[in-house]
Amino acid sequence: MFGNFDFDVIRRALPYLFLDGMTFTLTLTALSALGGITLGTLIAMMRLSGLRLLGRIAGLYVDFIRSLPLVLVIFWFYFLVPYIGQWLTGAARPIKVGAFASSLITFIMFEAAYFSEIMRAGIQSISRGQPAAAQALGLTYSQTMRYVVLPQAFRNMLPVLLTQTIVLFQDTSLVYVVSIPDFLGAASIVGERDGRLVEMYLFAALVYFAVSSVASFGVRQLQARIAIVR
Amino acid sequence: MIEISHVSKWYTPLFQALKDCTTSVAKGEVVVVCGPSGSGKSTLIKCVNALEPFQEGSISIDGIKVNDPKTNLPKLRARVGMVFQHFELFPHLRISDNLCLAQEKVLGRAHDEAAAKGMKLLERVGLKEHAGKFPAELSGGQQQRVAIARALAMDPIAMLFDEPTSALDPEMISEVLDVMVDLAREGMTMMVVTHEMGFARKVAHRVIFMDRGEIVEDAPKEDFFGKPRSDRAQRFLSKILSH
Repeated sequence: MFGNFDFDVIRRALPYLFLDGMTFTLTLTALSALGGITLGTLIAMMRLSGLRLLGRIAGLYVDFIRSLPLVLVIFWFYFLVPYIGQWLTGAARPIKVGAFASSLITFIMFEAAYFSEIMRAGIQSISRGQPAAAQALGLTYSQTMRYVVLPQAFRNMLPVLLTQTIVLFQDTSLVYVVSIPDFLGAASIVGERDGRLVEMYLFAALVYFAVSSVASFGVRQLQARIAIVR
Repeated sequence: MIEISHVSKWYTPLFQALKDCTTSVAKGEVVVVCGPSGSGKSTLIKCVNALEPFQEGSISIDGIKVNDPKTNLPKLRARVGMVFQHFELFPHLRISDNLCLAQEKVLGRAHDEAAAKGMKLLERVGLKEHAGKFPAELSGGQQQRVAIARALAMDPIAMLFDEPTSALDPEMISEVLDVMVDLAREGMTMMVVTHEMGFARKVAHRVIFMDRGEIVEDAPKEDFFGKPRSDRAQRFLSKILSH
């Protein structure tokens, strides 16, 4: 059945696929995860701050983002960001935002909603005695969060955060809607050019599968190690 | 040193945890607070350093009002050591770092100075060789001794103990009490919520008995153990001293 397939097209496209496509995908994944976890932690802290208004705003944000399909957000954001930038800076024309910057902002804002729920669970998993002990020693609220609560919350939630990052790695392929050549985009460009879409999509699926499986295995190993330390 | 006057606290409008509690702890005095569970003794001691808010009355430490919104609470808390029932060491930090954290972040001590102070106190509670371990690697009694050392590292003017031996296995209680007895004999101002009447007999100056949120009895140790005035205190004592 593979008789008509030309797998050599993959070999010839390897440098482009990995040096351009995969580099973009991994960079976007890493930066989005970093930004998403940072923003998500802030949102989680807002929700748990006990300040009604802050909590309400954060809650609305999370619910709003989680009720939208990611593709739609990427799409709209790509077209809206130049105008939002124009409005913010008061420029005469829509400002130019690169495809990378636009998708990075989208992913950070989108993933922050999911990461915030993970961090909220992480913060809530810390017993109330811990912040009480920190405060009894004279630490301020922000010091208590920074040195006592958040480090423990991160540690407890690390496997879940990484699993969400693997999902994010797969989700970055959705930037195809704005024609950005990530790994999948690069594969489809080559496939369409050479008329070898099936081969390229098969190969892309294999690579996503391999990377995600290896990463999941790593997370499980890590989980086991953390479980022993405690 | 610690002045508690007419403190009342409600958890809900219907549930009053503390009813018009008035007492004090003088400098160098050791006061033991006892009473049946749910009597409000832990709540009261947590009110002293404002870990629990209260609605009426006032508490002051060394002349500084705890329930004044203008009071810098972290600064005040840093001067009062507190030891908890469940130790509350920071599990992600080594013992030595548990001792250093607040010294550095709150008092602004240099790391070397804080570490040296920490080691001295660890030696005092007999745990110097455990400095590099994590809390989970220590027994309950050892963890509680570290917790006491951590509080002492801040050079507190008074120490609050909230049932420090209640979560311990029986054979570990004495190692913690020994440290506390030494501390009391050195003249530390202490307020101790405990059921350990042996400790109270040994070092307490006064004993406070609480029931249903009220201070029922507040008497010098000799009077309390000799002839408690209230029925409730008598019944409580007969129950816990009979075995």
